[in-house]
Amino acid sequence: MQSFPILSVIVFTPIVAGMLILMLPGERKTEIRMTALAAATFTFLLSVWAYFSYDKALGGYQFVEKYTWIKALGISYHVGVDGMNLPLVLLTGVVMFTGVLISWGLDDRPREFFALLFILATGVFGVFVALDLFHLFFFYEIAVFPMYLLIAVWGWQVTREYAAMKLTLYLFVGSVIALVGALAIYFAAGLNSFDLLELEQAGLSTTFQRFWFPFVFFGFAVLGGIFPFHNWSPDGHVAAPTAVSMFHAGVLMKLGAFASLRVGFMLLPEGAQYWAPVILGLATVNVVYGASIAMVQTDFKYVIGFSSVSHMGLVMLGFATLNKNGLTGAGLQMFSHGVMTALFFAVVGMVYDRAHTREIPKLGGMAKALPLVAVAFIIGGLVSMGMPGFSGFIAEFPIFLGLWQTAPVVAIIAALGIVITAAYVMRVVRNVFFGDMPKEFVGHIGSINSLDKVALVLLSGIMILIGVYPSVMAPLVESGAEAVLRLFGGG
Amino acid sequence: MSIIDYDPSMLMAILPELLLLGLAMVVLAADVIWRPSQRRFLAWLTAGGMTAILVLALIFSRPDASQGLILGGMLRHDWMAFAFKLLFLFAGAVTALISLDFPGVGERGEYFALLAVATLGMSLMASAADLIMLYLAIETTSIPLYILAGFIKVDDKSTESGIKYFLFGAMASTVMLYGFSLIFGFAGETNLYALAGKLAAGQVSPWVIIGAAVLVLVGLAFKISAVPFHFWAPDVYEGAPTPITAFVSTASKAAGFAVLLRVMLAVFPQVEAEWTAIVAAMAVATMTLGNLIALAQKNIKRLLAYSSIAHAGYAMIGLVAISQLGSASVLFYLIAYVVTNLAAFGVVVLFARAAGSDEIADYAGLSRRSPGLALALMVAILSLAGMPPLAGFVAKVYVFAAAVQTGLVWLAFVGVLNSIIGLYYYLVVLKVVYLYRSEDEDKPIAVPRGAALGLAVCLAAILIIGVLSGPWLDWSLGASAALF
Repeated sequence: MQSFPILSVIVFTPIVAGMLILMLPGERKTEIRMTALAAATFTFLLSVWAYFSYDKALGGYQFVEKYTWIKALGISYHVGVDGMNLPLVLLTGVVMFTGVLISWGLDDRPREFFALLFILATGVFGVFVALDLFHLFFFYEIAVFPMYLLIAVWGWQVTREYAAMKLTLYLFVGSVIALVGALAIYFAAGLNSFDLLELEQAGLSTTFQRFWFPFVFFGFAVLGGIFPFHNWSPDGHVAAPTAVSMFHAGVLMKLGAFASLRVGFMLLPEGAQYWAPVILGLATVNVVYGASIAMVQTDFKYVIGFSSVSHMGLVMLGFATLNKNGLTGAGLQMFSHGVMTALFFAVVGMVYDRAHTREIPKLGGMAKALPLVAVAFIIGGLVSMGMPGFSGFIAEFPIFLGLWQTAPVVAIIAALGIVITAAYVMRVVRNVFFGDMPKEFVGHIGSINSLDKVALVLLSGIMILIGVYPSVMAPLVESGAEAVLRLFGGG
Repeated sequence: MSIIDYDPSMLMAILPELLLLGLAMVVLAADVIWRPSQRRFLAWLTAGGMTAILVLALIFSRPDASQGLILGGMLRHDWMAFAFKLLFLFAGAVTALISLDFPGVGERGEYFALLAVATLGMSLMASAADLIMLYLAIETTSIPLYILAGFIKVDDKSTESGIKYFLFGAMASTVMLYGFSLIFGFAGETNLYALAGKLAAGQVSPWVIIGAAVLVLVGLAFKISAVPFHFWAPDVYEGAPTPITAFVSTASKAAGFAVLLRVMLAVFPQVEAEWTAIVAAMAVATMTLGNLIALAQKNIKRLLAYSSIAHAGYAMIGLVAISQLGSASVLFYLIAYVVTNLAAFGVVVLFARAAGSDEIADYAGLSRRSPGLALALMVAILSLAGMPPLAGFVAKVYVFAAAVQTGLVWLAFVGVLNSIIGLYYYLVVLKVVYLYRSEDEDKPIAVPRGAALGLAVCLAAILIIGVLSGPWLDWSLGASAALF
């Protein structure tokens, strides 16, 4: 127990800042941006602090806060972090901070933009630290709706209305179905408590678990982009403005994966065991199919969008192995992919803002005009391929190790996805950043500003740090994975 | 119960009703005395009066522990009735505030007097414990509302709305009255709480009781605009002066639910399985039809009309789950729905005054014309859609929880799937408000202080109920305990 409620401060700083921003006059854009940056920096620093002051030797849930919220139904405001969700809190802090940096130049109603973005951030933080089922839902849906306006109003004009509506409806369908499942769990447990830690011990019957697992798991996994419910994701990513794409692919998809782990796997372990082969199968499709589609896209942003589908498949594969290696890898992959894809979308945004096109065949030679951007993208690409020395390897290697233990065939097929990934990354690097720059761009590609540079360096630096010094994160996630496995009767 | 049971303290129980009658008279007198230029303060007078009555009721008329029948068994002074009374007073006060300066009604004493009388009728509906009293209360509510709906005589739509409302309403209430007469004929009793026993003792065929229950349901389904008795709602909502639309769609609907809860639970326990099946079917039809037709609406008042039909469907889920949590969730749902819908209609009133239109397409650019009003509409609409941290979210969760608790998982699924359809058309409105541009963007929208106050109170309530729902739920659970 810590006296300073650090998690609550992390959760509520964004929304409080968002409300403050709403009260500023809309035309004072500099003040609005400064407030946003200040809040994002503060939250980022706090999440870093929380990350490093977590006591690994002690393990378990730390920084726990618990207050009665709705007594009649046994609902509490209950937060805490362990090895599984602490990296995700850090991830959200990083993406929020870099997202604000990248959006500095946004000129259309920045007040509403940052306010919505921060409401979204509060929702995301709230889910990651939740130890109460109702609490989790509450924040989960807070994270869903701002997305609609963020994409519809500030997104890419061609597809934004369609993509925003599709995304919101998909996610809402998933969440309400999971909600019914959660209510069923609550009443079946009969503990008059929504507390996740108590529900974990409820001893629900096998039939019940097998029946309800798909509702809860797929309800959340929609947001994790699992095949065949991934369809909203590339469209949504592409239509969204840069910072929102970063948030969305970087953090929100983890929200879905994490919630399906926390509620699906951890509350219904027997259901998870029963359905694990199905998840393995679907997630393999994710990995291979996502990568193959990314290969044939001509739109730079769609390539990244489908690469997210592919990488999230690896996370789901890791979950479904139900062993320590797989789960540890999945936890690391959530973090690594979050940082990587945020970097990717930031790069895409920077290129698009200058070239005004994302068609890969029309681009070229960007490395000359934007050297740092090119370097950052290549680092991201190496992470994406799972190259040793970068965070991707640290995450993907244990996943495949775990897969090999449970389902070698799946491991072989999924490895195919990695090969295709290498191919499409190299294709993008060659066609966008190298080769000859088309004539119309020569002299027209302005350099990026220092805020952008800070964001790129930070994101790339984190991926390299974890790559060369895995101890900074791997043991932590491993302890989280062990905690999950204890619910499956073993370690 | 006889006249001998009379106790002067019982008058304290009906203090709100007495004061409302007084308020209606004061408003009428002020209308005569005040100069025309002063008459715009009638709205303030009514709103202030209702707020004062609300406060006085909270201090003096709280039900005591016995929660018993009073005044010869005509009324039941329990927490459920009390909770509804406060809700009606709140809705009445906000309606008066958004009527401020509303063209055609804002300076008319009769308008505000009728509003007070309708609120009085609703209060009696919530506490009526006798068939006769119940019928009188319903008519005391309905007749002023018929007049109010058709109040703007120069407007054909308003007149049409008044007449339509009256014809449908009269029809529904005769059917209900027929049901009452059947019940009385077989039981020889009019008190709601004695009826169930008499019906059981009289060995009346269950089919007859079911028949009577259905007839009563027809009348009440009209009040809450449940399918298939919803046909009046869109036309009436569209044509009536918007503040009255707000009032009819919130307070009047809540009053219908108050009676529905009390009558169905108290009088028909013998045929519980049958009437819950009927109500469940109606709930499914109401939600689905309301939401599907709302998809096609181009006029914001009609959209909100169909959405309010759908919301009646959600609330009925809580009724079907016959349990304390179920009734509490209905009450909670109605509280959340009333504050939310009042806020939504408040924005519609203000927008229509500035732009002279209720078409959704004309809301384009609202977020640039008046960011505050756009924000208010967004909060209201997201609450209707059931998004946290707003009142609508927790209300829906409780209703669905009540359904799951009693094993009605299928009904909960119908509910959640419907809320997805709902989300679609709500988001379309938000899209118009925030995304589309219009030529009128630089014309700001004036928001009078009274309306701003009403809106602010509703928005605060939406947030508070949504975030801190604990005390409200406890309160609803306590209130619904009185029904069992």
